Amino acid sequence: MPNRRIFIDKISQGWMIASLATILLLPVIIGLALYMKANPLLEQQSLSTLLFSSEWLPSQGKFGFWPFIAGSLYVTLLAFIFAAPVCLFAAIHLTQFASKKLIRWMYPVIDILAGLPSVIYGVWGILVIVHFISDILAPFFNTSSSGYSILAGGIVLTVMCIPYMLNMLIEVFNTVPIGLKEASLSLGSSYWESVKHVVVRKSFPGIISAFGLGIAKAFGETIAVMMVVGNQVKVSGNPFDAGYPLPALIANNYGEMLSIPMYDSALMFAAFLLLVIILSINLIFRYLIHKTTRK
Amino acid sequence: MNRRKLIEERFFKLLSSIASYSLIAILAFIIVIIFVKGFHALTFDMVIKAPKGGFYYGGEGGVLNAILGSLYIAGGASIIAIGIGMPAALYINVNLVRHHALQNTIRYFLDALWGIPSIVYGAFGFTLMLYLGMNASLLAGIITVALLITPIMIRTFDEVLCTIPKGLLESSLALGSTNTETAFRVMFKQGFSGFITAILLAFGRGIGDAASVLFTAGYTDLIPVNLDEPAATLPLSIFFQLSSPIPEVRERAFASAAILTLIILVISLTARALSKKYSKSNLQ
Repeated sequence: MPNRRIFIDKISQGWMIASLATILLLPVIIGLALYMKANPLLEQQSLSTLLFSSEWLPSQGKFGFWPFIAGSLYVTLLAFIFAAPVCLFAAIHLTQFASKKLIRWMYPVIDILAGLPSVIYGVWGILVIVHFISDILAPFFNTSSSGYSILAGGIVLTVMCIPYMLNMLIEVFNTVPIGLKEASLSLGSSYWESVKHVVVRKSFPGIISAFGLGIAKAFGETIAVMMVVGNQVKVSGNPFDAGYPLPALIANNYGEMLSIPMYDSALMFAAFLLLVIILSINLIFRYLIHKTTRK
Repeated sequence: MNRRKLIEERFFKLLSSIASYSLIAILAFIIVIIFVKGFHALTFDMVIKAPKGGFYYGGEGGVLNAILGSLYIAGGASIIAIGIGMPAALYINVNLVRHHALQNTIRYFLDALWGIPSIVYGAFGFTLMLYLGMNASLLAGIITVALLITPIMIRTFDEVLCTIPKGLLESSLALGSTNTETAFRVMFKQGFSGFITAILLAFGRGIGDAASVLFTAGYTDLIPVNLDEPAATLPLSIFFQLSSPIPEVRERAFASAAILTLIILVISLTARALSKKYSKSNLQ
C-alpha cells in the first residue's frame, strides 16, 4: 500500500524535523527565558553597576556582581595555568611518542576522568586538596588557610578540565598530515624539533581553541568548585582566601531567592551572564576547531 | 646530532611522558581515595533502606531514596532524550546527507550546546517550572536533565551514523524505500551499537549531574511514586550529607560517593566494551 507508506513517511519526517528544530532552538529559548526573568533588575540598574560594583546586599536591593565575576575569573585562571601545560605535553606524547600499549590504557582513563560526576571531584577535593592546602601548603608559604580556598577550587577544576582539553588537543594533533612531519624529519631535525616547529605550529589555532573551550568549561563548573572554594563574598588577590564564583552563587541561594524582592531576577541575571559568556566562547572556538579538523 | 639537540630531545620526551603517566596516577589516586574512604563506611543498610528519622543527625537508614531517585530521573530523561535525539540524529544522516555544509553547521551548533553548563539548564528548568506552575518534582527534574543530555546523545549517535558507508543508504533509496524506511531499517540497524553507547553515556551523565536537579527535583526522604512528587538524587544526597558537621553523617557521604562512583564506572566500562568495535577513536 504505497499511500500508507507515504503517510508514515510524512509523519515521521515531521517528527524528525520537529526534534532537530527543538534542539537547535534550545539555546535561544533558554537565553530568552533567562533574559525575561532578569529584565526587572536590568531596568532598575545599569549594566555596568551590576557587573562592576562590589556591593552585594540583596536585602537592600544592592546587587554588585563583581566579587562573583572576579572569583570565577580567578579560579578559572588558576585551573587554566595548571591544566594547559599538562594537557599540551600529554597530547604531544600520546599522538607522537607513545607506544600502542600505553594508548590502549590511556583511552579508557581519559573517558573515565571525563565521566566522573563533579560531586565526586568535590568529595575528593575535600578529602585531599583542602587538607593538603591547610596543613602543608599554607604553612609552607607562612600563611594560614582553612583550606577551603580559591586555590583548592583551582586545583579541583584543573583535574576536571584535563580530560576535556586533552581530548580536543588529541583530535587537533591527529589532523596534522604525517607527510609534513616526515619532511621535517628527513631534513635532519630531531623528533622533538619536528614536533616543536611543525606539529605545534601547524595546529596552533586548534591548540588555542582547545584552551579556550577548556576555559569555558571551567567557568561554568558548579558543584565541585562550590564544595571546596569557601563561598565568602569578597574580592581578594590571595589564592589562600575563600572566594565565591558565579555558578556557586546561583546554586547556593536558590532556596531564599523567592523571599527577597529582585533576588530571583539577580540570580537569573547571573545564569544569563554565564550562558552568554560560555556560549560565545564556545561558538568562537568551536568555529576555529571545525575549520581546522573538518575537510 | 649535536649534544644540545640531543639533550633537548630527551628532556622534552621525558617531560611529555611524565605528563601522560600523571593522568593515570591522578585517576588512580581519585578512585582509590573515594573507594578506601567509602567502603570503610559502607554498610548493607545504606543500599537497601531509605533514611529514617534523624538520619541527618547520625540516625538509622540509608540512601535508597537517592539511588532510586537518580535512576528514575536519569532513566526518564534518557527516554525523552531518545525520543528527541534519535530522530534528530537520523535526520542529519539520511535527509541531509547531500548537504555537507548544513550538516557541519548543525554539528557545530550541537557541539556548542554541549558546552552550556548544567547550572544554566537548572536555572532555565526552574523558570520553566514557575512559568508552567509546577512544583519541584520528579517530572521537572526529568525534563531539565533531558534537555541537558539530548545534545550529548545526538552527537554520540551521529558520530557512529556518519561512519556507515554511503552505499548502503544509496542502495536502500534506489530500491524505492522512503526516507523513513531507510532511516529506521538500514541506518538505525547499522548504527545500533552506537545508539546503545549514546544512551549509556547520556544516562551516566544524567545520574551524575547535580547542578541541574538542584532547583528542579527538590529533595525528600521518601521514595518517589508519582511524577509530581519531589525526588532525591544521589549527587545531592552526597552534597547535603557532606555539609553536616556530624562525623558519622560525613562518613555516610563518602560511602554514597563510593556507590555513585561504582555506578558510573560500570556504565562507562559497559559503554566502552559495546562501542569498542564501532566508534571512531581518536587514538589509533
